[in-house]
Amino acid sequence: MTAADVLMLALGVVAVGSGALVVSTRHLVRAGLYLVVCLGAVAGLYLVLTAELVAWVQLLIYVGAVVVLLLFAVMLTRAPIGAADDLDRPGWPAALIGGGAGLGLAALLVDAYRWSRVDLPEAGTAERIGTEIFQSWVLPFEVLSVLLLSALVGAIAISVRIPGRRQ
Amino acid sequence: MRPVIPYVVAALLFGLGVYGVLRRRNAVLVLMAVELMLNAVNLLLVTADAAPLHRALGHPAPGPEGAAPLPLTGQAFTLFVIVIAAAEVGVGLAIVLQLYRLRGTVTIDDVRLDARTPDTGPLAVVATPARTGAAGTAGSAPGEAGPTAGLAPGAAGPTAGPDR
Repeated sequence: MTAADVLMLALGVVAVGSGALVVSTRHLVRAGLYLVVCLGAVAGLYLVLTAELVAWVQLLIYVGAVVVLLLFAVMLTRAPIGAADDLDRPGWPAALIGGGAGLGLAALLVDAYRWSRVDLPEAGTAERIGTEIFQSWVLPFEVLSVLLLSALVGAIAISVRIPGRRQ
Repeated sequence: MRPVIPYVVAALLFGLGVYGVLRRRNAVLVLMAVELMLNAVNLLLVTADAAPLHRALGHPAPGPEGAAPLPLTGQAFTLFVIVIAAAEVGVGLAIVLQLYRLRGTVTIDDVRLDARTPDTGPLAVVATPARTGAAGTAGSAPGEAGPTAGLAPGAAGPTAGPDR
Protein backbone atom coordinates (compact mmCIF):
# COMPACT_ATOMS: atom_id res chain seq x y z
CA MET A 1 0.00 0.00 0.00
CA THR A 2 1.59 3.20 -1.12
CA ALA A 3 0.48 6.71 -0.21
CA ALA A 4 -1.59 6.89 -3.40
CA ASP A 5 -3.43 3.71 -2.39
CA VAL A 6 -4.24 5.02 1.07
CA LEU A 7 -5.41 8.31 -0.40
CA MET A 8 -7.59 6.57 -2.98
CA LEU A 9 -9.05 4.26 -0.35
CA ALA A 10 -9.98 7.19 1.89
CA LEU A 11 -11.45 9.23 -0.96
CA GLY A 12 -13.32 6.17 -2.20
CA VAL A 13 -14.85 5.57 1.20
CA VAL A 14 -15.93 9.22 1.36
CA ALA A 15 -17.39 9.06 -2.16
CA VAL A 16 -19.33 5.85 -1.61
CA GLY A 17 -20.52 6.90 1.84
CA SER A 18 -21.81 10.27 0.74
CA GLY A 19 -23.29 8.67 -2.37
CA ALA A 20 -25.21 6.29 -0.14
CA LEU A 21 -26.45 9.28 1.83
CA VAL A 22 -27.54 11.01 -1.40
CA VAL A 23 -29.83 8.12 -2.27
CA SER A 24 -31.06 7.48 1.26
CA THR A 25 -31.46 10.81 3.06
CA ARG A 26 -34.91 12.16 3.74
CA HIS A 27 -33.93 15.82 3.38
CA LEU A 28 -33.98 17.07 -0.20
CA VAL A 29 -31.49 19.89 0.33
CA ARG A 30 -29.12 17.65 2.24
CA ALA A 31 -29.14 15.22 -0.68
CA GLY A 32 -27.76 18.04 -2.84
CA LEU A 33 -25.09 18.88 -0.29
CA TYR A 34 -24.05 15.24 0.09
CA LEU A 35 -23.80 15.18 -3.69
CA VAL A 36 -21.25 18.01 -3.41
CA VAL A 37 -19.16 15.89 -1.01
CA CYS A 38 -19.41 12.86 -3.28
CA LEU A 39 -18.43 14.76 -6.43
CA GLY A 40 -15.60 16.48 -4.60
CA ALA A 41 -14.23 13.13 -3.45
CA VAL A 42 -14.41 11.84 -7.02
CA ALA A 43 -12.50 14.95 -8.13
CA GLY A 44 -9.85 14.07 -5.55
CA LEU A 45 -9.68 10.57 -7.02
CA TYR A 46 -9.10 12.12 -10.45
CA LEU A 47 -6.24 14.13 -8.99
CA VAL A 48 -4.62 11.02 -7.53
CA LEU A 49 -5.09 9.27 -10.87
CA THR A 50 -3.11 12.09 -12.54
CA ALA A 51 -6.11 13.46 -14.39
CA GLU A 52 -5.52 17.02 -13.31
CA LEU A 53 -7.58 18.92 -15.85
CA VAL A 54 -10.52 16.53 -15.48
CA ALA A 55 -10.49 17.12 -11.72
CA TRP A 56 -10.73 20.87 -12.08
CA VAL A 57 -13.39 20.58 -14.77
CA GLN A 58 -15.32 18.28 -12.45
CA LEU A 59 -15.15 20.85 -9.67
CA LEU A 60 -16.12 23.70 -11.98
CA ILE A 61 -18.97 22.05 -13.88
CA TYR A 62 -20.36 19.46 -11.48
CA VAL A 63 -19.86 21.06 -8.09
CA GLY A 64 -20.12 24.58 -9.45
CA ALA A 65 -22.88 24.41 -12.01
CA VAL A 66 -24.82 21.15 -11.88
CA VAL A 67 -25.33 21.07 -8.11
CA VAL A 68 -26.36 24.73 -8.09
CA LEU A 69 -28.89 23.94 -10.82
CA LEU A 70 -30.20 21.00 -8.81
CA LEU A 71 -30.52 23.12 -5.67
CA PHE A 72 -32.36 25.76 -7.66
CA ALA A 73 -34.73 23.08 -8.88
CA VAL A 74 -35.27 21.97 -5.28
CA MET A 75 -36.20 25.53 -4.38
CA LEU A 76 -38.35 26.22 -7.42
CA THR A 77 -40.43 23.10 -6.95
CA ARG A 78 -41.18 24.16 -3.37
CA ALA A 79 -39.65 21.11 -1.85
CA PRO A 80 -40.59 20.38 1.75
CA ILE A 81 -38.24 21.85 4.32
CA GLY A 82 -37.07 19.27 6.79
CA ALA A 83 -37.55 15.56 6.60
CA ALA A 84 -40.12 14.26 4.13
CA ASP A 85 -41.58 10.80 4.32
CA ASP A 86 -42.87 10.48 0.77
CA LEU A 87 -39.58 10.69 -1.11
CA ASP A 88 -39.18 6.95 -1.51
CA ARG A 89 -41.21 4.13 -2.84
CA PRO A 90 -40.90 0.73 -1.20
CA GLY A 91 -37.43 -0.36 -2.03
CA TRP A 92 -36.84 -4.10 -2.19
CA PRO A 93 -36.67 -4.32 -6.00
CA ALA A 94 -34.50 -1.20 -6.15
CA ALA A 95 -32.13 -2.58 -3.51
CA LEU A 96 -32.00 -5.88 -5.33
CA ILE A 97 -31.25 -4.40 -8.76
CA GLY A 98 -28.94 -1.64 -7.54
CA GLY A 99 -27.04 -3.90 -5.16
CA GLY A 100 -26.84 -6.60 -7.81
CA ALA A 101 -25.48 -4.17 -10.39
CA GLY A 102 -22.96 -2.59 -8.04
CA LEU A 103 -21.71 -5.75 -6.37
CA GLY A 104 -21.75 -7.70 -9.63
CA LEU A 105 -19.64 -5.08 -11.41
CA ALA A 106 -17.33 -4.87 -8.40
CA ALA A 107 -16.86 -8.65 -8.39
CA LEU A 108 -16.14 -8.62 -12.12
CA LEU A 109 -13.52 -5.91 -11.80
CA VAL A 110 -11.92 -7.50 -8.74
CA ASP A 111 -11.71 -10.76 -10.64
CA ALA A 112 -10.11 -9.00 -13.62
CA TYR A 113 -7.56 -6.94 -11.72
CA ARG A 114 -6.94 -8.88 -8.49
CA TRP A 115 -4.36 -7.03 -6.42
CA SER A 116 -2.16 -6.09 -9.35
CA ARG A 117 0.02 -3.03 -9.29
CA VAL A 118 0.53 -0.32 -11.90
CA ASP A 119 2.88 2.64 -11.91
CA LEU A 120 1.02 5.87 -12.31
CA PRO A 121 1.69 7.58 -15.64
CA GLU A 122 3.08 11.07 -15.81
CA ALA A 123 0.60 13.78 -15.00
CA GLY A 124 -1.97 14.53 -17.65
CA THR A 125 -1.64 18.27 -17.72
CA ALA A 126 -3.95 20.60 -19.60
CA GLU A 127 -1.38 20.97 -22.34
CA ARG A 128 -1.18 17.25 -23.04
CA ILE A 129 -4.91 16.66 -22.97
CA GLY A 130 -5.53 19.76 -25.08
CA THR A 131 -3.12 18.43 -27.69
CA GLU A 132 -4.89 15.08 -27.59
CA ILE A 133 -8.37 16.55 -27.97
CA PHE A 134 -7.47 18.91 -30.77
CA GLN A 135 -5.49 16.29 -32.65
CA SER A 136 -7.53 13.12 -32.33
CA TRP A 137 -10.98 14.17 -31.15
CA VAL A 138 -11.71 17.40 -33.00
CA LEU A 139 -14.89 16.20 -34.66
CA PRO A 140 -16.57 14.90 -31.44
CA PHE A 141 -15.52 18.11 -29.74
CA GLU A 142 -17.26 20.24 -32.35
CA VAL A 143 -20.33 17.99 -32.40
CA LEU A 144 -20.51 18.40 -28.63
CA SER A 145 -20.59 22.16 -28.98
CA VAL A 146 -23.58 21.82 -31.29
CA LEU A 147 -25.18 19.45 -28.77
CA LEU A 148 -24.71 21.95 -25.95
CA LEU A 149 -26.21 24.73 -28.03
CA SER A 150 -29.23 22.66 -29.00
CA ALA A 151 -29.71 21.55 -25.37
CA LEU A 152 -29.67 25.20 -24.31
CA VAL A 153 -32.21 26.16 -26.96
CA GLY A 154 -34.31 23.14 -26.06
CA ALA A 155 -34.32 24.02 -22.37
CA ILE A 156 -35.47 27.53 -23.19
CA ALA A 157 -38.11 26.23 -25.61
CA ILE A 158 -39.50 23.91 -22.94
CA SER A 159 -39.53 26.56 -20.25
CA VAL A 160 -41.07 29.43 -22.16
CA ARG A 161 -44.79 30.04 -21.94
CA ILE A 162 -46.40 30.03 -25.34
CA PRO A 163 -49.22 32.60 -25.26
CA GLY A 164 -51.56 30.78 -27.63
CA ARG A 165 -51.39 27.46 -25.82
CA ARG A 166 -54.32 26.84 -23.55
CA GLN A 167 -53.40 25.70 -20.10
CA MET B 1 -1.09 2.16 -7.41
CA ARG B 2 -3.61 -0.64 -7.06
CA PRO B 3 -6.13 -0.08 -9.85
CA VAL B 4 -8.70 -2.28 -8.16
CA ILE B 5 -9.51 0.41 -5.59
CA PRO B 6 -10.91 3.10 -7.95
CA TYR B 7 -12.55 0.42 -10.08
CA VAL B 8 -14.48 -0.96 -7.11
CA VAL B 9 -15.40 2.56 -6.01
CA ALA B 10 -16.77 3.24 -9.50
CA ALA B 11 -18.78 0.01 -9.49
CA LEU B 12 -20.29 0.75 -6.08
CA LEU B 13 -21.16 4.32 -7.10
CA PHE B 14 -22.92 2.97 -10.17
CA GLY B 15 -24.90 0.56 -8.05
CA LEU B 16 -25.90 3.36 -5.72
CA GLY B 17 -27.03 5.41 -8.71
CA VAL B 18 -29.18 2.57 -10.02
CA TYR B 19 -30.68 2.12 -6.57
CA GLY B 20 -31.45 5.83 -6.31
CA VAL B 21 -33.09 6.03 -9.73
CA LEU B 22 -35.34 3.08 -8.92
CA ARG B 23 -36.06 4.06 -5.32
CA ARG B 24 -36.67 7.79 -5.37
CA ARG B 25 -40.03 9.31 -6.17
CA ASN B 26 -38.95 12.94 -6.40
CA ALA B 27 -37.80 13.87 -9.90
CA VAL B 28 -34.96 16.09 -8.66
CA LEU B 29 -33.62 13.24 -6.54
CA VAL B 30 -33.80 10.94 -9.55
CA LEU B 31 -31.66 13.42 -11.47
CA MET B 32 -29.15 13.43 -8.60
CA ALA B 33 -28.94 9.64 -8.77
CA VAL B 34 -28.36 9.87 -12.53
CA GLU B 35 -25.46 12.20 -11.79
CA LEU B 36 -24.04 9.53 -9.49
CA MET B 37 -24.16 6.98 -12.30
CA LEU B 38 -22.49 9.37 -14.74
CA ASN B 39 -19.74 10.01 -12.21
CA ALA B 40 -19.15 6.31 -11.79
CA VAL B 41 -18.65 5.96 -15.53
CA ASN B 42 -16.30 8.95 -15.55
CA LEU B 43 -14.23 7.44 -12.77
CA LEU B 44 -14.09 4.18 -14.69
CA LEU B 45 -12.84 5.98 -17.79
CA VAL B 46 -10.16 7.90 -15.94
CA THR B 47 -8.97 4.79 -14.12
CA ALA B 48 -8.88 2.80 -17.34
CA ASP B 49 -6.77 5.58 -18.80
CA ALA B 50 -4.25 5.39 -15.97
CA ALA B 51 -4.24 1.61 -15.54
CA PRO B 52 -5.36 -0.39 -18.56
CA LEU B 53 -5.85 -4.11 -18.14
CA HIS B 54 -2.92 -5.18 -20.25
CA ARG B 55 -0.52 -3.01 -18.24
CA ALA B 56 -1.95 -4.19 -14.94
CA LEU B 57 -1.52 -7.84 -15.90
CA GLY B 58 1.78 -7.38 -17.69
CA HIS B 59 0.52 -8.43 -21.12
CA PRO B 60 1.63 -6.77 -24.35
CA ALA B 61 -0.65 -4.05 -25.63
CA PRO B 62 -3.51 -5.26 -27.84
CA GLY B 63 -3.89 -4.13 -31.39
CA PRO B 64 -1.68 -4.42 -34.46
CA GLU B 65 2.08 -4.38 -34.11
CA GLY B 66 3.61 -0.94 -33.95
CA ALA B 67 0.30 0.84 -33.51
CA ALA B 68 0.73 2.90 -30.39
CA PRO B 69 -2.52 3.38 -28.46
CA LEU B 70 -3.78 6.92 -28.29
CA PRO B 71 -2.69 8.54 -25.04
CA LEU B 72 -5.19 10.11 -22.66
CA THR B 73 -8.23 8.85 -24.54
CA GLY B 74 -10.07 8.10 -21.31
CA GLN B 75 -9.59 11.60 -20.00
CA ALA B 76 -10.80 13.13 -23.27
CA PHE B 77 -13.91 10.95 -23.14
CA THR B 78 -14.45 11.94 -19.52
CA LEU B 79 -14.51 15.58 -20.54
CA PHE B 80 -17.05 14.73 -23.24
CA VAL B 81 -19.24 12.88 -20.74
CA ILE B 82 -19.09 15.82 -18.34
CA VAL B 83 -20.27 18.14 -21.11
CA ILE B 84 -23.10 15.77 -22.02
CA ALA B 85 -24.08 15.55 -18.34
CA ALA B 86 -24.29 19.33 -18.15
CA ALA B 87 -26.58 19.40 -21.21
CA GLU B 88 -28.65 16.55 -19.75
CA VAL B 89 -29.18 18.20 -16.41
CA GLY B 90 -30.13 21.49 -18.07
CA VAL B 91 -32.82 19.93 -20.22
CA GLY B 92 -33.92 17.59 -17.42
CA LEU B 93 -34.44 20.40 -14.96
CA ALA B 94 -36.35 22.41 -17.56
CA ILE B 95 -38.66 19.42 -17.97
CA VAL B 96 -39.02 19.02 -14.20
CA LEU B 97 -39.88 22.68 -13.72
CA GLN B 98 -42.42 22.57 -16.55
CA LEU B 99 -43.92 19.45 -14.98
CA TYR B 100 -44.20 21.27 -11.66
CA ARG B 101 -45.84 24.24 -13.37
CA LEU B 102 -48.39 22.07 -15.13
CA ARG B 103 -49.20 19.45 -12.50
CA GLY B 104 -48.11 21.05 -9.24
CA THR B 105 -45.98 18.08 -8.23
CA VAL B 106 -42.66 16.51 -9.12
CA THR B 107 -43.53 13.09 -7.77
CA ILE B 108 -42.93 10.86 -10.73
CA ASP B 109 -45.41 8.26 -9.54
CA ASP B 110 -48.15 10.81 -10.11
CA VAL B 111 -47.23 11.62 -13.70
CA ARG B 112 -50.00 10.25 -15.84
CA LEU B 113 -48.94 9.60 -19.38
CA ASP B 114 -52.50 9.22 -20.65
CA ALA B 115 -53.67 12.69 -19.62
CA ARG B 116 -53.80 14.40 -22.96
CA THR B 117 -56.23 16.73 -24.60
CA PRO B 118 -56.71 17.18 -28.33
CA ASP B 119 -55.51 20.74 -28.73
CA THR B 120 -52.58 20.97 -26.37
CA GLY B 121 -50.78 17.79 -27.16
CA PRO B 122 -48.83 15.65 -24.74
CA LEU B 123 -48.12 18.50 -22.33
CA ALA B 124 -51.76 18.99 -21.43
CA VAL B 125 -52.95 19.87 -17.98
CA VAL B 126 -54.95 17.32 -16.09
CA ALA B 127 -58.50 18.56 -16.32
CA THR B 128 -59.95 20.36 -13.36
CA PRO B 129 -62.77 18.69 -11.41
CA ALA B 130 -65.26 21.11 -12.93
CA ARG B 131 -64.87 19.30 -16.21
CA THR B 132 -65.56 15.92 -14.72
CA GLY B 133 -69.16 15.92 -15.81
CA ALA B 134 -68.28 16.65 -19.38
CA ALA B 135 -65.67 13.96 -19.36
CA GLY B 136 -68.09 11.51 -17.84
CA THR B 137 -71.03 12.09 -20.11
CA ALA B 138 -69.40 12.93 -23.39
CA GLY B 139 -66.68 10.52 -22.48
CA SER B 140 -65.17 7.71 -24.27
CA ALA B 141 -66.25 4.29 -25.33
CA PRO B 142 -66.49 1.66 -22.60
CA GLY B 143 -63.36 0.00 -23.86
CA GLU B 144 -61.09 2.92 -23.25
CA ALA B 145 -62.93 4.17 -20.21
CA GLY B 146 -61.56 1.19 -18.33
CA PRO B 147 -57.94 2.20 -17.76
CA THR B 148 -58.66 5.84 -17.04
CA ALA B 149 -61.69 5.42 -14.83
CA GLY B 150 -60.11 4.59 -11.52
CA LEU B 151 -57.13 6.92 -11.64
CA ALA B 152 -58.18 10.42 -10.73
CA PRO B 153 -61.26 12.60 -10.89
CA GLY B 154 -61.29 14.74 -13.94
CA ALA B 155 -59.34 12.40 -16.14
CA ALA B 156 -60.47 13.68 -19.50
CA GLY B 157 -60.25 11.01 -22.13
CA PRO B 158 -58.80 11.70 -25.51
CA THR B 159 -62.16 12.27 -27.11
CA ALA B 160 -63.78 14.18 -24.27
CA GLY B 161 -64.24 17.86 -23.85
CA PRO B 162 -66.73 19.72 -25.97
CA ASP B 163 -66.00 22.70 -23.74
CA ARG B 164 -62.52 23.37 -24.98
